[in-house]
Amino acid sequence: MSVLLNKDSRVIFQGFTGQHATFHAEEAMKIGTNVVGGVTPGKGGTQHLNLPVFDTVEEAVQATGADVSGIFAPPPFAADAIMEAIDAGIKTIVVIADGIPVQDMVRVERYRLGTNSIIIGPNTPGIITPGVGKVGIMPSHIYSPGRIGIVSRSGTLNYEAVAQMSELGLGQSSSIGIGGDPVNGTDFATVLKAFEDDPETDAVLMIGEIGGPQEVDAARWAKKNMRKPLIGYVAGLSAPPGRRMGHAGAIISSESDTATAKIDAMEALGMFVVRNPADIGATVLRAIKS
Amino acid sequence: MNIHEYQTKDLLKHYGVPVPPGRVVHTDAQAATVAEEIGGARWVVKAQIHSGGRGKAGGVRVGNSIDEVKVIADEILGSLLVTHQTGAEGRLVRRVLVEQASNIVREYYVGLIIDRATRRITLVASAEGGVEIEVVAKETPERIIREVIDPAVGLLDFQCRKVAYKVGLKGALLPQAVKVMKGLYRCMRDNDASMAEINPLAIVDNDQLLALDAKMSFDDNALYRRPTISELRDFDEEDPKEVEATGHGLNYIALDGDVGCIVNGAGLAMATMDAITLQGGRPANFLDVGGGATPEKVANAFRIVLQDPAVKIILINIFAGINRCDWIATGIIQAMRDQNIKMPIIVRLAGTNVEEGRAILNASKFPFIIASNLTDAAAKAVTEVNNIVQKVVPLKKEHS
Repeated sequence: MSVLLNKDSRVIFQGFTGQHATFHAEEAMKIGTNVVGGVTPGKGGTQHLNLPVFDTVEEAVQATGADVSGIFAPPPFAADAIMEAIDAGIKTIVVIADGIPVQDMVRVERYRLGTNSIIIGPNTPGIITPGVGKVGIMPSHIYSPGRIGIVSRSGTLNYEAVAQMSELGLGQSSSIGIGGDPVNGTDFATVLKAFEDDPETDAVLMIGEIGGPQEVDAARWAKKNMRKPLIGYVAGLSAPPGRRMGHAGAIISSESDTATAKIDAMEALGMFVVRNPADIGATVLRAIKS
Repeated sequence: MNIHEYQTKDLLKHYGVPVPPGRVVHTDAQAATVAEEIGGARWVVKAQIHSGGRGKAGGVRVGNSIDEVKVIADEILGSLLVTHQTGAEGRLVRRVLVEQASNIVREYYVGLIIDRATRRITLVASAEGGVEIEVVAKETPERIIREVIDPAVGLLDFQCRKVAYKVGLKGALLPQAVKVMKGLYRCMRDNDASMAEINPLAIVDNDQLLALDAKMSFDDNALYRRPTISELRDFDEEDPKEVEATGHGLNYIALDGDVGCIVNGAGLAMATMDAITLQGGRPANFLDVGGGATPEKVANAFRIVLQDPAVKIILINIFAGINRCDWIATGIIQAMRDQNIKMPIIVRLAGTNVEEGRAILNASKFPFIIASNLTDAAAKAVTEVNNIVQKVVPLKKEHS
């Protein structure tokens, strides 16, 4: 998908020389991602993976023209790293960290106001555009180029959906994880709009879960603004109320937070819905044939 | 993380929120002493457990004399309180809060939440105090006042005044209301709370505002920088299996079925539970082994799932991204051997190093039931558990 990660994207990693960033930067380069360097304060002027390392994001942007950053900073330092990327004018900021304090994200979202930055995550596997590249931690070999856009809160459930689609010969235009936190940078509706405008996407699969209003908000947006088929699944049909199911944001606080309430609302808004997670691939196929 | 009412009130007091005079005690004798010390004519004895609905369950009672306070404290302490949140088994009361009773003129609700839609802390207030805010939101949503807070400047005086006037707090009560709201906000912000509420905030004698009950929850992800809050954690209020799981870096939540689940990723773990349910089975737990699960972590997952005596079979569903199927398989074999597991184990592996993982399982002597995908895994799990349930001959009732 051209908007967030495309052939012209110039990618840096923040926390570049750390173990995780190194591994995932190498994986990204193996599939052709245009990685142009990285940032680790104190290591500016050195080389890592045969690429330049900078002390600040500002320097990295000036020297390389970077417009995408993968942030691998640990949770206590992630908010600062995100705001540094925003300040430097990075357009797409992918935040992998799981466990950023929620009030930090409230401040980050305030700081982002009025800028052109888009934050993907936190607590996300990242973005992959098969055939072009990835910024994230997903296993790239399971994805294949195609014309279905995927947007999900969960990482592994995203992989599950991809595996089901692959069995039916369906590939992906892009797959985007918006993350499992209660306050995240990008909501479903924003990604749906990007897919609706993307000439390489024919249909979109939205994978949600219990907690929060954003699946239904997105379905409402789609009913008004989207012409491409939209397929939806919501995990947590059997989740008890009041318990946080792994993801910080996955908690049933009111009736409208339940999987059943969300799926019913999505169906009433005209979406293709999946009630059994085993039927995700089949439902996508049915939707594009209709 | 949740804390007790008395802990919340102690915190709020430091932020200028007025609370009734009172103290937490562990014995009936202490209850009588505290009642005498704080003085007054009537006292409230309140069970301190992490649950709403304590009043309805008989955990909040008024004593009209010191002797009565002692008797009530004796009755509540050591009892099992059953509320709509504790389940039928109830929760043991280990301490009570003894407070001066107030003459309530009117009750209000004031709370702060982190609103996902606006991505900001939002002040919520209502003139319908003393009832659950969810009930008010459902039945009379127009009676709920909201004010979104800009984190750059915090909660401003004029916002508090707007809210106070809308719920009807004016005159001598207005400055008190502003102080309460700002104190509540600062307490939430400074301590990384994920929610805070005063319910009821009451007008008592002489036009005084008083926080009669209060509740706060804290962001687990921020506890590393809030040591004084972390110290308030009460492990007695938590499921020991869940505490142990957290210690091993696992995310475990006990449920009431018989199919034990070991899955990677929160979303896939929920979807696996859903698939089991849709096949007519009942998951015994939610368990996310997380990313980068080592064989030891997998073996610990088995140990925790098997502490639940209701578990009859285990379903393992792994879609490895940053995980490795060979490590998972090694952990499964280790658990089978060390924990002498005899029950049926259904395994579905996919993703990174899946061939190596399957080879490790096949090379072992254990009779794993291998599933090819999610549907297959859920179907096989439910078939297996039904076989076991049918084999158990129901005991003849000896007494009827």
